[in-house]
Amino acid sequence: MTTSVGDVTTEAAVGAIAAAHRGQRGPLLPILHAIQAELGHVPQEAVAILARELNLSRADVHGVVSFYHDFRREPAGRTTVRICRAEACQALGADALVNSARDRTGLALGETRADGSLTVEQVFCLGNCALGPSVEVNGEVLGRMSAERLRSIVDEAVSS
Amino acid sequence: MTRTSNSPVTVYVPRDSAARSVGADAVAEAIRRAADARNLPITLVRNGSRGMLWLEPLVEVATPEGRIGYGPVAPSDVADLLAAGFLDGADHPLRLGVVDELPWLARQNRVTFTRVGIIDPISPEDYERHGGLVGLRRALDLPPSDVVAAVTESGLRGRGGAGFPAGIKWKTVLDCADALKFVCCNADEGDSGTFADRMVMEGDPFMLIEGMTIAAHAVGAREGYVYIRSEYPDAVATMRAAIAIARDRHWLGERILGSDLTFDLHVRVGAGAYICGEETSMLESLEGKRGVVRAKPPIPAIEGLFGKPTVVNNVLTLATVPVILADGAKAYQELGVERSRGTQVFQLGGNIAHGGIVETAFGVTLRELIEDYGGGTLSGRPVRTVQVGGPLGAYLPTSQFDLPMDYEAFAAAGAMLGHGGVVVFDDTVDMAAQARFAMEFCAAESCGKCTPCRVGSVRGVEVIDRIVAGEQRDENLALLEDLCELMTDGSLCAMGGLTPMPVRSAVTHFSDDFLTRGEGTA
Repeated sequence: MTTSVGDVTTEAAVGAIAAAHRGQRGPLLPILHAIQAELGHVPQEAVAILARELNLSRADVHGVVSFYHDFRREPAGRTTVRICRAEACQALGADALVNSARDRTGLALGETRADGSLTVEQVFCLGNCALGPSVEVNGEVLGRMSAERLRSIVDEAVSS
Repeated sequence: MTRTSNSPVTVYVPRDSAARSVGADAVAEAIRRAADARNLPITLVRNGSRGMLWLEPLVEVATPEGRIGYGPVAPSDVADLLAAGFLDGADHPLRLGVVDELPWLARQNRVTFTRVGIIDPISPEDYERHGGLVGLRRALDLPPSDVVAAVTESGLRGRGGAGFPAGIKWKTVLDCADALKFVCCNADEGDSGTFADRMVMEGDPFMLIEGMTIAAHAVGAREGYVYIRSEYPDAVATMRAAIAIARDRHWLGERILGSDLTFDLHVRVGAGAYICGEETSMLESLEGKRGVVRAKPPIPAIEGLFGKPTVVNNVLTLATVPVILADGAKAYQELGVERSRGTQVFQLGGNIAHGGIVETAFGVTLRELIEDYGGGTLSGRPVRTVQVGGPLGAYLPTSQFDLPMDYEAFAAAGAMLGHGGVVVFDDTVDMAAQARFAMEFCAAESCGKCTPCRVGSVRGVEVIDRIVAGEQRDENLALLEDLCELMTDGSLCAMGGLTPMPVRSAVTHFSDDFLTRGEGTA
């Protein structure tokens, strides 16, 4: 592997996280969560490092990273908006929220703006089914969301 | 002001994430600041939610008459509430009365949710004062087989959806001779319309810890895991805080409550895969692997986590165990109907005026839940359908609203009770779109192990698109039915096996929605 400064940092961070969690049973998911919490995503270089540290094949690690929706291969935007598209929110107009966000930002679900300001994603259920439709903005769940309010949230994210 | 003493008034503002989603944190902060500014001593408790979610943020004030509720409160209401004297329970347009006496709550039978919304969730003193640990202390005085017998006798069935008798599962694990066994709590509550597990973990986490500890004693396990979905960060934080407190108090760890029992508990966080709510997929995920479903047999009770005998139960199942031990199996068994014993925690969501938690004995009808408790739709339009039991549950037409809510009655009607989620839709719903979504969701969330689920769901979306577009409608409807039959019979787990349930129910009960659309609308 070529070593640039970035790689060294990644290697050190991933190695330290792996060492901290190695004593747990089946530690790969806690490790991947910790890497994403620290680096904002799970960089490609992490796969080989984890394979070595945990005595797994690269295919095993890659398989786990790619299986779970949570693990990002690329950094997200500075603001992440997740729109709940599960049934309870559909019953209160989740599709209208999705359309509103798309019309306002030009982003399809799962896309990040080129300037890195905003990521819009779908999520299936935030457990707020009696106060839908729900949207999560940078980890904060907001109930009874309206298209207007969502537009102002994405506008603010894009302009900041 | 009628208050004479200067002792602090206890004010409750929920910390439940549903309450927070509509501004509970800002309300709590506004109350704290306003009380400080006026030199009014208060004790602010961040309780769980009472489950009357349309009233959130529901602020309660402790008075000699009981806890008086005000809601829904916005931060801008706080100055007005204080001026009106709400710290003494005074009148105000937002005043609801004594919360325990509100008909919506008073007519419920809260057995599992008895403390949720009442106590400070991470106060061990509150927990014990309200009946906590009685069940565990009683269990520790009994030999494991008697604990298993009590759970069996209570009729408690798995609340995750499958409804398997908990005691029988526990007996299988107890009868295994292995030195290493596990207790795993499935808190991967991914079904849309369900939030009871989340509310237990956020509102009464010690109850789940106590239930898992009783299970550990009953089956001879020393290690447990709570697998919580990542979409529930508040539940993760509350459970972790409660586990740390429990360890400090010797409610977990070595020699629990002075007994010979050693048991420790860990929280593991999922990673956004719906399929990990399937128990074998959850076990794979706990082992650090892709959440791919295992073939059964072997059953997890014999070969579960890391191949060891494992109890896997849902949050509500394990959370109900302490009260069964505390009050006796008979008291629990006397509730309910037929083979559905005890209470079920129904969750009313979607397009509903009064959504929230209704815990009541099995046998209540859908109509009572939707009309009497739920107050009809939020939009004010007529109810057209409800989906019961999550994304894999059937869409029921209003003609079936008199069905009693019990496992067998629902199964006989081609539906399922599942985890007790009830999602209401008004008459603007497009049932072909809902059927298509069921297939789309299955395609997105399938673990990919078996072909009927992985490929069938993709084909299902395509076939429904062709039906709605009017391409050989009758032939394609027959093809869809054939595909549904294949998925039902040929899938490895409930994901592919039950996805046809919402699809078929939509086709059966709402066939008009599958008629050809006008030009260009398909």
